[in-house]
Amino acid sequence: MSRIATRFAELAQQRRKGLITFITAGDPAPAATVPLLHAMVAGGADIIEVGVPFSDPMAEGPVIQRASERALRHHVSLHDVLAMVAEFRRTDTRTPVVLMGYLNPIEHMGYRAFAAAAQQAGADGVITVDLPPEEGAEYIAALRAARLDPVFLLAPTSTPARIRQIGALASGFVYYVSLKGVTGASTFDLQSVAGSVAAIRRDIHQPLAVGFGIKTPQVAAQAAALADAVVIGSAVVSIIEQCGADSGRAITEVTDYLTAIRQAIDAA
Amino acid sequence: MTDFSAYPDQRGHFGPYGGIFVAETLMAPLEALRIAYEQCRADPAFHAELDRDLAHYVGRPSPLYHAERWSRELGGAQIYLKREDLNHTGAHKVNNTVGQALLARRMGKTRIIAETGAGQHGVASATVAARLGMQCVVYMGSEDIKRQALNVYRMRLLGAEVVAVESGSKTLKDALNEAMRDWVTNVDNTFYIIGTVAGPHPYPMMVRDFQTIIGREARAQCLAQAGRLPDALVACVGGGSNAIGLFHPFLADDSVKLYGVEAAGDGIASGRHAAPLCAGTPGVLHGNRTYLMQDDDGQIIETHSISAGLDYPGVGPEHAWLKDCGRAHYVAIDDNEALAAFHSLTRLEGIMPALESSHALAYAMKLAPTLAKDQIIIVNLSGRGDKDIHTVASREGIRV
Repeated sequence: MSRIATRFAELAQQRRKGLITFITAGDPAPAATVPLLHAMVAGGADIIEVGVPFSDPMAEGPVIQRASERALRHHVSLHDVLAMVAEFRRTDTRTPVVLMGYLNPIEHMGYRAFAAAAQQAGADGVITVDLPPEEGAEYIAALRAARLDPVFLLAPTSTPARIRQIGALASGFVYYVSLKGVTGASTFDLQSVAGSVAAIRRDIHQPLAVGFGIKTPQVAAQAAALADAVVIGSAVVSIIEQCGADSGRAITEVTDYLTAIRQAIDAA
Repeated sequence: MTDFSAYPDQRGHFGPYGGIFVAETLMAPLEALRIAYEQCRADPAFHAELDRDLAHYVGRPSPLYHAERWSRELGGAQIYLKREDLNHTGAHKVNNTVGQALLARRMGKTRIIAETGAGQHGVASATVAARLGMQCVVYMGSEDIKRQALNVYRMRLLGAEVVAVESGSKTLKDALNEAMRDWVTNVDNTFYIIGTVAGPHPYPMMVRDFQTIIGREARAQCLAQAGRLPDALVACVGGGSNAIGLFHPFLADDSVKLYGVEAAGDGIASGRHAAPLCAGTPGVLHGNRTYLMQDDDGQIIETHSISAGLDYPGVGPEHAWLKDCGRAHYVAIDDNEALAAFHSLTRLEGIMPALESSHALAYAMKLAPTLAKDQIIIVNLSGRGDKDIHTVASREGIRV
């Protein structure tokens, strides 16, 4: 069983909801990333998403755009990100790591070469924001051959036919984007998400994570009640941005922030 | 032989290029757009309305002008200029915005967004939005806003909101990113008018279809005036909408050579250019697979051209495919060559071309002397040069 499947099985057994957290690799500097990944685990993250910086992050709001720009000032490449994952894996062999980014750096490396390198580094899944399943046959095959989970997104605009299609293809988990918009938007609408998630559940049998617009412990707890896990990205990246070059403070603040989120989710 | 008119396929592929590479949220809206466009494409009433607008609002057909003096001076082939500069708003861009705006209204959208580089597509979008009483927001890189102040003011006069994009390289590619972010957020009431033959399917096909009026007219005009088809077509290529508009109706005419002219900026060897077809590699950006300017890590790199409208690191997927098929040839012209052509046409024909179009003219200046005097080159004069006067003056150390 993959690390992602194992983690969701453990959560189900413990009757707990998962916490998935995101940072952009190399933000604000390459040396900060691995300590921040460990800090997120210490704060209660069950699964970690590692953002691969890209020059044209079309689906990101300003917070993650700026994180990408900071990382790219250090020329952080996909190879560098995989090296960070490998370093993280030396001391954490249990927490699943999902790479999240855009297709072009992967396409440039080559699907099979990327999948092999990601597996070697100890990654467990990949979310490629701008690759819908229609264009993804070769990519999915390459990931599966390397025992990596292709994680796909669903959105409020996804039609029933697409939900079924993605349900048939995805593994690891399915990520429901809770709103029409970019990352970091501030309008989580509990009622509409509840309705959508109920509809999605009929066709999606993988664990379901909900993200976009989740910042506070209260909203995290409410969202977690609807799904198997919640995803928090921009809020963590914002903390890192505010701490600037003070990486010690960033580690403390990220840990504290996630601890509060974790407690709210577990108490709900 | 390849039947070029059969492309793209149902999912927008031109061979290995094109397709749909967007976040999940945009998949359903793109499918709705594709269906709405297919309905319009098959609807004679839509075409009748579009033809009326093109005739009486845009001012079509645009002339095909035999530049006799310039041809004589160059000492070779006869050069004919397709005068897209004489369209309402001064460039070919309006052919597409008129079409997409009619489609937007049919789809019940009330808000139009657009990206722009040189500002010509922004002006053309603001123009049709004003006419149809629709709200219009134009995204423009803050670097481009500095170099195209006149067009920014024109858009504002037309009632559009111009939003400065400060992310990335602050040019056309970043404006496109930002417009996509707006669209994903406001997809219910908003129609995104993409200005070139790039983006996810159906945009490359739809924008091409609206721009093929250029080539259909030019083909008929050339037959009427010269009694034969041209030997070569020359057009500048940024995203490539004016070029595909001219080329497409001639794709089955094997005797007609096609030349797309990219911006070589400071020269291809300098690395400071905007010529993905001449010096780039395939990749995925802005919703489609095509040739890109990218580094060894697959990051998109900054482009350079004196012409804001050509300053784009990608190119329409149909051009990528025509290049690989060998049907069209892609060449590059640097800033200095484009400027020389700008002056040459201005002084010898009394026509001031846009700096974008000047790249095509500069290549025609090289090509014409290699051909016989009874051969014909059609150059797409895609826009007029008024917007570039400040750029030309400051480059030459003159204060206007």
